[in-house]
Amino acid sequence: MKICVLVKEVPDAAVEKKLNPSTGRMDRSGEKNLNPYDTHAIEAAMQIKEGGAVPVEEIVAVTMGPDSAVRALHKAVSLGADRSVHLSDEAVAGSDVAATGYALAKTLQRESPDLVLLGQQSDDGECYTIGAVVAEHLGMPSLTQVIKMDVESEALRCERQAEYGYDTVQIKLPAVISVGDAINEPRYPSLKAIMGAKKKPLDSVTTGDVEIDASKVGGDNSAAQWVAAKAPPSKAAGEIIEDEDTDETVEKIVAWLDERKLI
Amino acid sequence: MANILVYALHYDGAINKNSLGAVSEGAKLAAEIGGEAHAILLGENVPQDLAATLGKYGAKKVLVAEGPEGLAQPLVDAMAAAIQGGGYSYALFGGGLLGFEIGAGLAARLNAGVAMEVTNVRAEGGELIAERPILGDSAISEIKYRSDVGIIIGRLNAFEIKQSGDADAPVEQLSFELSPQAQQATMVTRGEQRGADVDIEGADILVAGGRGLGKAEGFELAEALAAAFGGNSAVAATRAVVDAGWYPYAAQIGQTGKTVSPKLYLAAGISGAIQHKVGMQSSENIVAINKDANAPIFEFSDLGVVGDLNKILPKLTEAVKAKKGS
Ligand SMILES: Cc1cc2nc3c(=O)[nH]c(=O)nc-3n(C[C@H](O)[C@H](O)[C@H](O)COP(=O)(O)OP(=O)(O)OC[C@H]3O[C@@H](n4cnc5c(N)ncnc54)[C@H](O)[C@@H]3O)c2cc1C
Ligand SMILES: Nc1ncnc2c1ncn2[C@@H]1O[C@H](COP(=O)(O)O)[C@@H](O)[C@H]1O
Repeated sequence: MKICVLVKEVPDAAVEKKLNPSTGRMDRSGEKNLNPYDTHAIEAAMQIKEGGAVPVEEIVAVTMGPDSAVRALHKAVSLGADRSVHLSDEAVAGSDVAATGYALAKTLQRESPDLVLLGQQSDDGECYTIGAVVAEHLGMPSLTQVIKMDVESEALRCERQAEYGYDTVQIKLPAVISVGDAINEPRYPSLKAIMGAKKKPLDSVTTGDVEIDASKVGGDNSAAQWVAAKAPPSKAAGEIIEDEDTDETVEKIVAWLDERKLI
Repeated sequence: MANILVYALHYDGAINKNSLGAVSEGAKLAAEIGGEAHAILLGENVPQDLAATLGKYGAKKVLVAEGPEGLAQPLVDAMAAAIQGGGYSYALFGGGLLGFEIGAGLAARLNAGVAMEVTNVRAEGGELIAERPILGDSAISEIKYRSDVGIIIGRLNAFEIKQSGDADAPVEQLSFELSPQAQQATMVTRGEQRGADVDIEGADILVAGGRGLGKAEGFELAEALAAAFGGNSAVAATRAVVDAGWYPYAAQIGQTGKTVSPKLYLAAGISGAIQHKVGMQSSENIVAINKDANAPIFEFSDLGVVGDLNKILPKLTEAVKAKKGS
């Protein structure tokens, strides 16, 4: 079995996410990191490989992004991927969800994976949906927010929480699965793996290499057009208590509740 | 014609509330752009009378398709077939999980633009503009569509349910073909309720616990506080702790759980993720205890307490008991 894991570079959790006032788009300067949700997808791939129910020949990390995204690939490799593919092309910059999913699907097509894994959401885009777009272009079945995945012969038995409780769904391979963060506890990379990550094969490809129709990608060709951004309606800030002396804190909370007749 | 096709999720003989909101919103928007709202349901023997009731929320026609329930890809096939039949400019979904998957798959199938987590839609010059909060709700982006069909996926509870009449809508059977990918997934069990069947929707006071409680036993602190409040109080939870098996699914607030609006919602060890917020933001009073001063929950709390819940909850429980006794 060959597994491709889609990973994304996102602003580090410690960086305040804000808009660039001149472009109205996200300010992508500052420290970046591998999308934390994607580490669960890599871990899920590793657990299939180590579980031994099916032989896994290869785990390939795939990303679309600017030059700096290479670091997210190195991180993915340090967590267990055997090699990586970087779709890097000015033509895809500013793509919307549908165009991003299309470009990623074309990049994946060249790899012919048996299983494509994704994270539940990107920490910056928060669309939850790239998996469904990729699956449609690849003509594969898919499921998102999966928190348990057992490999059976030629199929996966997946569990996830949906609107009415937990669903168990059987999905035939090849398939596209986005995993929820409850699926596993990702491991930390070893120092050796971190050091070795840059030596693993990294294939950098452009739109032409993977037969992406350039008229379908990029900000100007995206069907969902970002026209403006505005501030949300302002809301009165709540009161804040810093807990220094807990007896005092509790007294304040009780007084606050009592004032509102909540006790 | 600028018609809007609205997905209606149904389960166990009832239409999902978010779908009723989406149909109501679709009807309002369709009137503004000079078209009609039509709803679509898919399932095994969908009851015709259930489908017809969507007329009361403004659907001028309801399409019913036969196929496997609870999975997204059959709906992508059905909705694409309906849209390719002509007349539709937009597809609209209420909040939830399936709608996200169907909407995204449909965008790929139709080469259409898609916006998700939409909290408001405006009609301007015969077109719709979707408003979507981004970056942890610190800004709202406005999205227009360049494609023939625009796909709008609402945030949970974003669209108000509005009954506009008493008349049933005509129901039409939609014939379509299942794509190969739609035939590769099979529902084994659906809607399994994990854990006890507790009621949080009727409570006036909810003590909600999250991952910050540390372990399943941590919920004892939340239960003790709820008991101290007494009366009509209960304990609620986040998806993170429900998925971990610490607390029952029936107690979960949020996108794939319950929507609540108690007099008091008190969170302990909850970060305040958007999928949680959408299920509790209309609570009358919101109190949060979290050790991280930057936790998003403080952005929408009336009273925020920055500190360790393990220190605060036991003392708060005693103080509430004492207050009640006095
Ligand atoms: C499609 C989809 C649907 C979802 N549906 C839901 C849903 O219905 N409901 C839901 O809740 N979530 C839902 N989620 C998940 C949601 O995004 C969050 O992951 C989840 O709400 C986080 O739960 P949490 O706050 O318990 O955990 P965390 O985000 O891990 O937060 C734990 C918090 O506890 C604090 N903490 C830790 N220790 C202490 C201490 N000793 N004292 C005080 N504070 C402490 C931390 O600072 C942190 O802020 C959904 C996600 C997706 C993608
Ligand atoms: N540019 C990208 N390159 C590779 N994978 C991506 C990219 N954007 C999103 N993904 C994948 O899609 C998942 C969901 O992202 P999103 O739909 O943006 O919330 C992420 O967890 C990643 O696995």
